[in-house]
Amino acid sequence: MKTFGKRLKRFWPLYLMFVPGVVYLFINCYIPMAGIQIAFRQYNAREGIYGSPWCGFQNFEFLFKTKDAFIMIRNTLLYNLVFITLGTVLAVAVAIILNEIRNHLAKQLYQTVILIPYLISMVIVSYLAFAFLSSSNGYINNSLLAALGANPIDWYNTPKYWPFILVIINIWKGLGYNMILYYATICGIDHTLYEAAVVDGANRWQQIRNVTLPGLKSTIIILTLMALGGIFRSDFGLFYQVPQNSGPLIGVTQTIDTYVYRGLMQTNNIGMSSAAGVYQSIVGFVLVVTANLIVRKVDSDSSLF
Amino acid sequence: MVENKKGFQIFANILMIFLAVCAVAPFVLLVMSSFTDEQALITDGYSFFPSKFSTYAYQYLLTKSSAVVRGYGISLMVTIVGTVCNLLLTILYAYPLSRKELPGRNIFAFYLFFTMLFSGGLVPSYLMWTQTFHIRNTYFALLVPGLLMNAFNVIMMRTYFTANIPDAVVEAARVDGASEFRILFGVVLPMALPIIATIGLLVGLAYWNDWMNGLYYLNDDRMFSIQVLLMNIQRDLDSLRQQAQAGGSVNTADLPSTSVRMALTVMGVLPIMVIYPFMQKYFVKGIAVGAVKG
Repeated sequence: MKTFGKRLKRFWPLYLMFVPGVVYLFINCYIPMAGIQIAFRQYNAREGIYGSPWCGFQNFEFLFKTKDAFIMIRNTLLYNLVFITLGTVLAVAVAIILNEIRNHLAKQLYQTVILIPYLISMVIVSYLAFAFLSSSNGYINNSLLAALGANPIDWYNTPKYWPFILVIINIWKGLGYNMILYYATICGIDHTLYEAAVVDGANRWQQIRNVTLPGLKSTIIILTLMALGGIFRSDFGLFYQVPQNSGPLIGVTQTIDTYVYRGLMQTNNIGMSSAAGVYQSIVGFVLVVTANLIVRKVDSDSSLF
Repeated sequence: MVENKKGFQIFANILMIFLAVCAVAPFVLLVMSSFTDEQALITDGYSFFPSKFSTYAYQYLLTKSSAVVRGYGISLMVTIVGTVCNLLLTILYAYPLSRKELPGRNIFAFYLFFTMLFSGGLVPSYLMWTQTFHIRNTYFALLVPGLLMNAFNVIMMRTYFTANIPDAVVEAARVDGASEFRILFGVVLPMALPIIATIGLLVGLAYWNDWMNGLYYLNDDRMFSIQVLLMNIQRDLDSLRQQAQAGGSVNTADLPSTSVRMALTVMGVLPIMVIYPFMQKYFVKGIAVGAVKG
């Protein structure tokens, strides 16, 4: 006990520093975690989360009987798979090409400009998209399609184009960010490896294949695993704000996050909305932990735990 | 390597120029249409080369529309206050985590870390903020939920402290009789300015760009930040369009015209575009360090 008292006397200011963060995390993160029990109750506003009667897995049963459940899970998974695959391939390719550029000023400029879309909010993105896609005066209908003599397209009422539009916007916004991750790794590759390759007579393509790509391998694996850990999450802004909450598009824009929001705020279906949210949290948790356990096997320095 | 060095350089540069153009073209269209005469926008649509220029939209925003000036002020205040509070919380949590001799620091590390693995999701958070804390239509709604502290940033800062602040420096200050708070604010922080700048920029960007807290917790238009204002204008237009499709009569008189909306959007990105070129280095560092070193 004496040593405990002694320690406390020496370290109490450091413990005191933790207090604001501990309180904030408790409120912002831990109370809502306890609140997931709402998915197992028949919520009514007067009794609140902790007073409403239990109802077992009823909310989940109702949710998974609907077609919505299949659609939102399918959309969330498929969009994420395409974002991860295409996003990684393009980011690695662009990072390699950027690294090959000799002129330092140009290099810096390209990197700076390509990151710009990453810095703006999805609300702004939705206005930019509207400038191109508006059916009455958008750039594509009024300038491009008109010049080709094609009929204007009612973009916000035609679902078949949106898988492409959403992928393009996601890549456009995220390319600079992802590219920097890989470019930073390339910059860290030992230069003597390239010198040795040149001595061995390797041309540029052979250098990329035998030095750069192997050097990127573990970063690619780690970032992909991390992304797979988040495959049940989606960017609410991209799927709700950018399609402008358009009803006819819901079949291709509904993800778990937009479903939870719509259930909570618009259709007032808190039971199914919270069931979908809890399903997302729990599957997401399992995936993140699994992904990190694998990452730890690949490279223990990069894993979260 | 030597034979087609030049050809490859040309190819690489053309490709990067193409990507750079793709990255900025939408912004050019945006700025151009904000300077386009409203009538030209209606007849020609959005255009990179407007047939008739006009500064009407900006005059309107700055003189006739109090919501915009107000929204700008709110965005600025929220960004500044939020970033300062966030940095304070982050520093205060990260510093003791970096002190290896502190007993029980692993418990605090896990307490922080677990929030990255698991989350209660929107429904319980929303019910807590609105029913327990009653933050609806208060400025707390823009400042507190989700944004005040981020486990990734804390870990990034802890890693910086561990790597860049020698134990000997802290020990020497302790021997001199400095208190722990004195050591943190007088000795450690002056050595940690690059990471404070990096995290401060990322946090400031998150506050300036946030509109989701406004979507969840605000419906009083006197509290709208610029992003929330933009989001709400779009929402009003959506519902008008839906009414029009249903055959109802539509009154668009109260809504800002196309060029005014574009000018408003320009205002929403302007501070980022002004600050970014000077702070580019810190952004890039923050991204590269943050994601690889977790």
